[in-house]
Amino acid sequence: MRVVAALGWLLVAIAGAGALGVLALRRGENVSAAWLLVAALCTYAIGYRFYSAFIAARIFALDDARATPSERLSDGRDYVPTNRWIVFGHHFAAIAGPGPLVGPTLAAQFGYLPGVIWIVVGVVLGGAVQDMVILCASIRRDGKSLGQMAKEEIGPVAGFTALVAVLGIMVVLIAVLALVVVNALKSSPWGTVTIGLTIPIAMLMGLYLRWLRPGRVLEASAIGLVLLVVALYAGRWVAQQPALAAAFTLSGKTLAILVMVYGFAASVLPVWLLLAPRDYLSAFVKIGVVVALALGILIALPPLQMPALTRFTDGTGPIFAGALFPFAFITIACGSISGFHALIASGTTPKLLERERDARMIGYGAMLMESFVAVMALIAACALTPGVYFAINAPVAALGPTAQTAAAAIANWGFVVTPTELEQLAKQVGETSLLSRTGGAPSLAVGMAHLFSSALGGSDGAMALWYHFALMFEALFILTTLDAGTRVGRFMLQDLGRHVWPAFGRTSWMPATVLSSALIVAMWGHFLWQGVIDPLGGVNSLWPLFGISNQLLAAVALCVGTTIIIKMGKARYAWATLLPLAWLVIVTMTAGVVKLFSSEPKLGFLARAHVLQAARAAGTLPPGVKSASELSQMIANDYLDAAVTAFFLISVVVILADSAREWYAVVSGAKAARSTEVPFQPRVFAAGD
Amino acid sequence: MRTIVGFVQRAAWVLRRVIGAPDYEQYLLHVARRHPGCAPLSRDEFARDALARRYDRPGSRCC
Repeated sequence: MRVVAALGWLLVAIAGAGALGVLALRRGENVSAAWLLVAALCTYAIGYRFYSAFIAARIFALDDARATPSERLSDGRDYVPTNRWIVFGHHFAAIAGPGPLVGPTLAAQFGYLPGVIWIVVGVVLGGAVQDMVILCASIRRDGKSLGQMAKEEIGPVAGFTALVAVLGIMVVLIAVLALVVVNALKSSPWGTVTIGLTIPIAMLMGLYLRWLRPGRVLEASAIGLVLLVVALYAGRWVAQQPALAAAFTLSGKTLAILVMVYGFAASVLPVWLLLAPRDYLSAFVKIGVVVALALGILIALPPLQMPALTRFTDGTGPIFAGALFPFAFITIACGSISGFHALIASGTTPKLLERERDARMIGYGAMLMESFVAVMALIAACALTPGVYFAINAPVAALGPTAQTAAAAIANWGFVVTPTELEQLAKQVGETSLLSRTGGAPSLAVGMAHLFSSALGGSDGAMALWYHFALMFEALFILTTLDAGTRVGRFMLQDLGRHVWPAFGRTSWMPATVLSSALIVAMWGHFLWQGVIDPLGGVNSLWPLFGISNQLLAAVALCVGTTIIIKMGKARYAWATLLPLAWLVIVTMTAGVVKLFSSEPKLGFLARAHVLQAARAAGTLPPGVKSASELSQMIANDYLDAAVTAFFLISVVVILADSAREWYAVVSGAKAARSTEVPFQPRVFAAGD
Repeated sequence: MRTIVGFVQRAAWVLRRVIGAPDYEQYLLHVARRHPGCAPLSRDEFARDALARRYDRPGSRCC
């Protein structure tokens, strides 16, 4: 029997390695997406079967006889022993968002190969390890949060740095996601109306749940889902009426202000009215879309039109500046390793686990699933012809204003697309133009529409519906992250602020609520505005900032994990977290230093500020900049971006130094290796208590 | 017939838990077993309390 199993796993390994080999070596002809799926799934299977088992058994010695917090602290509310499949679904719905969809789409400018390798290898050795280690650590500590563990395991300096860093990451994350939505809805009446309608739909559900049928979540969700489809058709109807369409054709600036008003409202309004119903809707749509995307890819098995590597690996890419190393590893964060997950793995999830060994499936397994979503997004992007892909994703500054200039610019890069093709595609999906719709969402939507209509067949009308359906769900995810994030950011701000002004920390005091909400919206709104007026499209400078901040949080999580492993007396296995930590520190540091000090104005924040200052001194306006005040604003923003990058880099150094001091103290014997785990208590209660 | 109704109810319960809806029955069961004699929150109070707990701190959502 053992021999059969060993042979089976050997076959999986050979299949995976073979598929990766095909992806890496086949040149000059299109590779089928099937190879990519096989390479990813085989690697995941081996990582799960062997590496997660190693972490479970050797590092944490997970033991089903040991009581988990859900049993010891059972309170029927937060701490509830829950079946592992339910926890898996819940955890996956919480960690999966727009991140794994957008990052791989942008990184496709390097070709498919760098993305595949980083997503698949990064998750098995990094992202899934981080999630599982933090989850295990939190289970053994009554479900404590990452911030608390950083403070208690490493020290107050690391704890405080982590707290401020989380707030900074929140701000950058919300800003970049808001920018993705704004770019997707810009001059698109159909999209704007459909997304706009999701807000009253959520409120209707909220009212239903509050007054009509309290607690009937599934009923309300079913009504909401039906209304979403109605909204999709309503958007199309509006887009077909010239007068109405003109009224809903909004500029980036108008949309940015609307998104800020929405964020503020979501933070101030009661959660039952907007946030909670939106969340339910979003969870359904999320799971549904992941399943649909997987089916679409499996049925269509599209050939990858994008080459394995493009000429942009040298750093001259139009979508974002910077060479393959380190920027591919910054651009794709969610999908390979995402620091944000550590907040969830030490948030709701550890309070639900029924048995310790479930942590393997939930911590490691759910992250593999998210990684698979990233692989699918990459497939959807690479199944487009490169010409179309670059026409949608490259900024105006690179493409020029018309389909003719765009086709010429793209021909210059060595890809072929005709102006007619571009105009026809835009018409097919029901938009006036698809040029320079930066941010990744429209290109993913085109890719998905393409997949769905080739899997199911259908007319041009169907293609337009699929496109707007995809856009709607992406915006739904993003706005759900944005509203909840604004609210959480507000509470964090109030928590920090109460040390200075106690009344500010009173969450039920209206003036404090309004003031703190306005503050947090102003913080991310500033970055959003900067992205909207940026002639390079904004995603250019904001996405790397987001990548760096997310990886910084991952570095914090891995520092906490390493400290915990060492204090458990398992220093000999600390390489499991030290390896991804070392890689992340190298990547973030290199990327951060390049973004700060590169002399290339497209790349370095300071270099760009200097070029703009020189233009201001000479009294000229660089291409795409509309006024002198806008120019001054751009200069100030470049300095701000530089300051934020510097802050993130310093945070990495502080936390790393503080952790290293603690590791040395324990390993050298100066400090006793004392684990802070809650002592063993046997499991008593049956499930359901 | 009873098994079909049971299956649908079970599936609905799983869906509710996956999307993170609070589970009042579970809470009542908990109070009855662990704190006999204590008066549990009403369904409405429980729902409000669950929402406040879910949204007033980080750790429930990601990118």
